[in-house]
Amino acid sequence: MTLFGIDAVMAVLAIPAIAAALLALLPAYRITARINVLATWLTFLAALSLLFGRPETGRYLFVDDLNNVFIVLTTFIGFTTSVFSASYIGHELETGRLTPIYLRFYHAMYQVLMFAMNLALVANNIGLMWVAIELATLTTVLMVGIYRTHEALEAAWKYFILGSVGIALALFGTILVYMAARPTIGEGLDAMIWTVLIDRAGGFDAALLNVAFVFLLLGYGTKVGLAPLHAWLPDAHAEGPTPISAVLSGLLLNVALYALLRFKLLLAANSNALAPGPLMVIIGLVSLIFAAFMLYRRRDIKRMFAYSSIEHMGIITFAFGIGGPLANFAGLLHMTMHSLTKSAIFFAVGHIAQVKGTQKIADMGGLTETHPVLGWGLVLGVVAIAGMPPLGIFMSEFLIVSSTFAREPLLAIPLVFGLLIGFGALILRLNQVAFGEPRGPSAPAEASYVPMYAHLALVFTAGVYLPPPLVVWFQNVAKVLG
Amino acid sequence: MRGLAFDISHLLAGSLVLISFTLLYQDRLYSLLNIFALHAFVLSLSVAWQAFIQDAPHLYLTALIAMVFKAIIIPVVLHRIIVKLGIHREIETVVGVGVTMLGGMGLVALSIMIMLRVTPEADPLAREDLAFALAVVLLGLLLMVTRRNAVGQVVGFMSLENGLVLAATGAKGMPLVVEISIAFSVLIAFIVIGIFLFRIRERFDTVDLQALDRFRGERR
Repeated sequence: MTLFGIDAVMAVLAIPAIAAALLALLPAYRITARINVLATWLTFLAALSLLFGRPETGRYLFVDDLNNVFIVLTTFIGFTTSVFSASYIGHELETGRLTPIYLRFYHAMYQVLMFAMNLALVANNIGLMWVAIELATLTTVLMVGIYRTHEALEAAWKYFILGSVGIALALFGTILVYMAARPTIGEGLDAMIWTVLIDRAGGFDAALLNVAFVFLLLGYGTKVGLAPLHAWLPDAHAEGPTPISAVLSGLLLNVALYALLRFKLLLAANSNALAPGPLMVIIGLVSLIFAAFMLYRRRDIKRMFAYSSIEHMGIITFAFGIGGPLANFAGLLHMTMHSLTKSAIFFAVGHIAQVKGTQKIADMGGLTETHPVLGWGLVLGVVAIAGMPPLGIFMSEFLIVSSTFAREPLLAIPLVFGLLIGFGALILRLNQVAFGEPRGPSAPAEASYVPMYAHLALVFTAGVYLPPPLVVWFQNVAKVLG
Repeated sequence: MRGLAFDISHLLAGSLVLISFTLLYQDRLYSLLNIFALHAFVLSLSVAWQAFIQDAPHLYLTALIAMVFKAIIIPVVLHRIIVKLGIHREIETVVGVGVTMLGGMGLVALSIMIMLRVTPEADPLAREDLAFALAVVLLGLLLMVTRRNAVGQVVGFMSLENGLVLAATGAKGMPLVVEISIAFSVLIAFIVIGIFLFRIRERFDTVDLQALDRFRGERR
């Protein structure tokens, strides 16, 4: 669909880029917060219009069934998070944790992050995709360190170093893919264009492709937060501003996973290359079980949900590793549900931490009594993320378990084991935070509940009823994923 | 000519691996920086040589970036940061030099075994370049994990990145090499600015105390 000569793909990139420049220049924070919301809303509309008509595949940018899901999800959560952020930062200014200058920087960086993620998703060039993911990493590093406390700087530095190593390994893998493609496709830009690569992947040098995938799995896997490369993730989530935790968990991990899926497709298209599935299954299971056990010993509420993100990214990677139409469908659904639920949880946690003045679980209690709207929102979110029926995550987890039973019954045992362990930890902590004697300060919260409940409503609806067009759409994507 | 071209690029790539080894056993920050400057200098020679034999003029730009930015500006800036922040001149290592060197040899053997095995069909220049590049990347990783000090880690990261540039220029006709090397330079500039602004002396145990007092507030 073309509007005033600008197609929707360009709009998805141009709106955040322009907004970033604008926000860097404007001083007044109330207006900039609104511009931030407006820009993400427009980006979301542009992304939605991609559903009805796609521009032609270019040499640098393209949209297909697979990345369309990711773009719509990214821009939607980008929008709701900006609404949450507008009410969150007001409080941060009052308490003096952020100054107006830093806020200006924060808003500009938020849009740069949206730009980088959208670019990584629509890139039709594996080099461009790499550059975009690097840009996204850089912006989030700066945002994680924005409070400039000792812990925040430590977290940002750790994220920086580990993220850079991941990025570097991913680049080495990208170079190897180019080397593998060069004899077949020839030198130059064509050998890095995704659509060309996938068409002719059958003729690539399989051995080189295998080594490339190992590097890509380690490199982008670091960004997905898969164990044992997850060390940056809990710190980055706990110490940064909560809107950034929501975006990190809900979106950036998905973008890195998307990169991984693209290369998985490339390997699957070459019959001589090793099957990428088992590697992803193993690393996914390890992440799931490791994170499930780690959930028990967390004392910081944001850190706990960060480990829960590792757990769920493990489940999603596992599902895509199992492969086949059903498991891929379940993986996509799980990814969507996890993004919605986890960002809703972070919206609740952000306001709760502001009210209580701490992130320590021990200093919170009885939230459903003191702050019923926030408290019950958190309860709903945690119940959803733990995988209780009838919410969306239960359904996607059920589909993953049943497709595992159908294809590899033995693998279902550790999967279910990990799910149950994680479930127990989350319910245990939820009980402590939401019910019982009220603990900590109980001043009323100045919060916007709309984004949180909007996400939870979507998750609930998806658990009860999935609209047929959505099912058809996801089934198509699942078929693409093989 | 073909033989000579091959030998020279072989020599330059091999020297990079050797210099990576030298980086591993440096126990003083200044000498670490000097050796790194040499590393970047040899890299820029190697890239320029690739630009010459591949007849790819845009690679001269990458060589120039490596020379000016990594061999001159970054070492000088880091040198001044060390003086300004009063960082300890000696480097704490996690494990002993002997073990590190043995580990390094193992990594080089590993990268040669992997790369030569999987690329029997590629032309010999590219395959050996790739094997050397992987060795430099792995040695850079080893350097990063064996140093506790922020500057040491950054030098490790930069030597790792030199290995990537070596791989990218060795892959004949690869597009976006210049853009990628610029992206990396931006990344490194950010890291170095980060060290300076946040005053990271040892890995994380000292930061600007004033900033801490001002912003810490109600945190914990």
